[in-house]
Amino acid sequence: MEVGQMQRRLVDYTKTLFMEGFLDAQFLQLQQLQDESNPDFVVEVVSLFFDDSEKLLNDLSMALDQPNVDFKKVDAHVHQLKGSSSSIGAQRVKNACIAFRNFCEEQNIDATLRCLQQVKHEYYLVKNKLETLLRLEQQIVAAGGSIPATEMGF
Amino acid sequence: MSGCSDKSFHLIRVGTMHHRPLIDGNVSGCLGVLPSHSEPVNSETNRTTSSCSSFSGTAYFLSALCVYISSFLLPFSTKTSSRINRDRLRLSNWESFAIKLLKGQTLTRYVKNKLELRWVLVQFGAFIVLCGATHLINLWTFTMHSRTVAMVMTTAKVFTAAVSCITALMLVHIIPDLLSVKTRELFLKNKAAELDREMGLIRTQEETGRHVRMLTHEIRSTLDRHTILKTTLVELGRTLALEECALWMPTRTGLELQLSYTLRQQNPVGYTVPIHHPMINQVFSSSHAIKISPNCPVARIRPAGKYMPGEVVAVRVPLLHLSNFQINDWPELSTKRYALMVLMLPSDSARQWHVHELELVEVVADQVAVALSHAAILEESMRARDLLMEQNVALDLARREAETAIRARNDFLAVMNHEMRTPMHAIIALSSLLQETELTPEQRLMVETILKSSNLLATLINDVLDLSRLEDGSLQLDLGTFNLYALFREVLNLIKPIASVKKLHVSLNLAPDLPEYAVGDEKRLMQTILNVVGNAVKFSKDGSILITAFVAKAELLRDPRTPEFFPVPGDNHFYLRVQVKDSGIGVSPQDIPKLFTKFAQIQSTAIRNSGGSGLGLAICKRFVNLMEGHIWIESEGLGKGCTAIFMVKLGIPERLNDSRLALMPKVPPNHGPAAFPGLKVLVMDENGVSRMVTKGLLVHLGCDVTMVSSSEECLRVVSHEHKVVFMDVCVPGMDGYEIAIRIQEKFTKRHERPIIVALTGNTDKVTKEKFMRVGMDGVILKPVSLDKMRSVLSDLLEHRVLFEAI
Repeated sequence: MEVGQMQRRLVDYTKTLFMEGFLDAQFLQLQQLQDESNPDFVVEVVSLFFDDSEKLLNDLSMALDQPNVDFKKVDAHVHQLKGSSSSIGAQRVKNACIAFRNFCEEQNIDATLRCLQQVKHEYYLVKNKLETLLRLEQQIVAAGGSIPATEMGF
Repeated sequence: MSGCSDKSFHLIRVGTMHHRPLIDGNVSGCLGVLPSHSEPVNSETNRTTSSCSSFSGTAYFLSALCVYISSFLLPFSTKTSSRINRDRLRLSNWESFAIKLLKGQTLTRYVKNKLELRWVLVQFGAFIVLCGATHLINLWTFTMHSRTVAMVMTTAKVFTAAVSCITALMLVHIIPDLLSVKTRELFLKNKAAELDREMGLIRTQEETGRHVRMLTHEIRSTLDRHTILKTTLVELGRTLALEECALWMPTRTGLELQLSYTLRQQNPVGYTVPIHHPMINQVFSSSHAIKISPNCPVARIRPAGKYMPGEVVAVRVPLLHLSNFQINDWPELSTKRYALMVLMLPSDSARQWHVHELELVEVVADQVAVALSHAAILEESMRARDLLMEQNVALDLARREAETAIRARNDFLAVMNHEMRTPMHAIIALSSLLQETELTPEQRLMVETILKSSNLLATLINDVLDLSRLEDGSLQLDLGTFNLYALFREVLNLIKPIASVKKLHVSLNLAPDLPEYAVGDEKRLMQTILNVVGNAVKFSKDGSILITAFVAKAELLRDPRTPEFFPVPGDNHFYLRVQVKDSGIGVSPQDIPKLFTKFAQIQSTAIRNSGGSGLGLAICKRFVNLMEGHIWIESEGLGKGCTAIFMVKLGIPERLNDSRLALMPKVPPNHGPAAFPGLKVLVMDENGVSRMVTKGLLVHLGCDVTMVSSSEECLRVVSHEHKVVFMDVCVPGMDGYEIAIRIQEKFTKRHERPIIVALTGNTDKVTKEKFMRVGMDGVILKPVSLDKMRSVLSDLLEHRVLFEAI
């Protein structure tokens, strides 16, 4: 596959991600921050995000498994997750976290468990998408092309 | 026998003849004698003579009869003069007759009459003589007599006869004249009587007229009421020879008549008489002088006694009361008040009031009324004139006082302007220089106090000077094109220190449609905004201050609270509306109008400490007015904060040329060179991802980023090299506020302390207020975009303040 084609595919793919709401404008910001002095910025941030989120989700599961759920702690974790996801631009994860937090305030165990599932679900989705995206970018870079700047007509 | 009988007959005849009036008797008797004399001498001649004599005797008898009858008719001849009586009043007839008389149209007749009369007398004399002679000669014929005697006798008889004939003829001729003389005489007599009467009338009229003229003259010669009335009475009394003359004036209540003036008595005792007496009403209702009974109460002012009181007449005198008299407003006739003039003839004189005297009285009463009204008008106009003069004097004085005051004020201003400002400047300049040198803390405190006080004083002087110039009207706006946004930012920068000291949160909200550039007086507009915002800060102990600025829309321009203000937007100007809302102590509704008055301050403990001259709002108001705007304050009451709103007219500048654009703070291009090379910043964030993102942002902007993940680490690491500290504070459990406080404590000097910016995902007011209270320099809402970070940093570094960046 030639570079132009790959670039086009990347652009389309990115566009669909935005359209479907997986990513929002914050991701664009990240992409903008990537330049010659910082070529792997996005990859770094995303990897960090994945690690962080995995950990957080594990902690959340453990916390909610407890007989006496410490909602404060749960809230703190969810807060962190929310922060990370919003920093990276994972919109759907962020929204799920917000909902999660509301139920935490209400101290509704069943709802929170459901929310957790929702969050996990969203997270895995976005992780998948991001990995694909990054792989595409790597391919382009390997092929010698440059990653086209995403122009969003929002 | 016949002779004797004849003689006796003759004698008898003569005797009877002689009893008749002389005129007829002589004629007939003597003529009758003739025939009888001739009988004894000649019988032949007797017959002819007897026939002649009988014929003449009959003729004479008839004529005598006529004369006799006519003499009886003489008294009745006055009927003819009755025709003349009808023309009694027509003097011309009389005049013409007199002229005729004098001119002698009948003069000749008159003379003729006179002559004829003389002739008749002569003739009568002659006849008597002749008749006597004849009779005497007849004595001789008693006996036998000679022819001579008979001849003489006959001659005498003939002469007698001739004379009597002539006389008779003349008489017949004269008698109508004589009769007419008689009538004429009577006519003349009548006419003379008429003339007398009319002359009397004229004389009285003329007399009356003279009196009236004199009275009027006397009355009108003065405009003083009392003199008028007194003169009236005196003159009337003199003219009409009155015993007493009185004037009754109505009292203030109008229910009584009071005796005001009398002729004889010098000081009339205050008699009063109720006004609703039927007699008085009668007098008042008629404009004529009316005779009243001497028993009427108004006429009983002289001692009643044994005398028969003379007739009394009363007449009304209309009065123009001063209170009825208003300028431009004639008094209505229906509310006329009357005075009563009573005139009494002397007692026991049996004099009656004549018509001409009554007329005189009425005329005088009218004149008096006119004179009184004139006097009233004069009094009123003199009073008005006096009043005007007084007012003029007062006005003049006031004007001179005002001029003096203005001159004093101008002198004062001149002195202030130069003399006071010079030392002021010296104090301020030297104090600030002093501040820069090495000082002990006490000295520094003292110098700061000096500087603060002198600044305050300078402001005061400037305020007062400005105000005076504003009031003078000599202040003019310095119009120019300026950046509206920059102006507001500057205001914010200036007010921020004070606000932060008081832990107040100031936020600025500029409407997007606010034009960037405007034409107006930048300095004074800023002064106004600063003053208003300063007041908001001054009078708030805590809370927040919200400044909003937007373009006033046409339909919203008409504010019901300011009905006098009708701003009309046009093509080349717009109305800027600025609202400053604070949550301070507020203003009670009754104090609101006083706010804009000079030197007026609402008394309350909170304000007394804050100083100030109370001129600020007054000056603002004047500036706003100069800018064709309006300023007002709304407050719901004490403790509920207040909102100051003002609208000013600003011009829209012409199309800006490029050189102007260069003044705008340019936003550097997205992928340009680093905007902040080497800027040392500290980022504190627990969340790795967001920490990384923030770092990436800042690195991209060229900053030298140090990252910490906890507050302790932050405190440890932070140094004076770090210019900015970005702190993520939305993590619950970590008290970002405390850190901020601790950092502030760490750095005592303000200029060494880094700028502290909070990164938060929370946008609610409470959090923001908390940040501000804590002393953060800014708040940024996560997620931060590159542009936002860039502008934030530039703002921060430029002004050291950023209150909001959303």
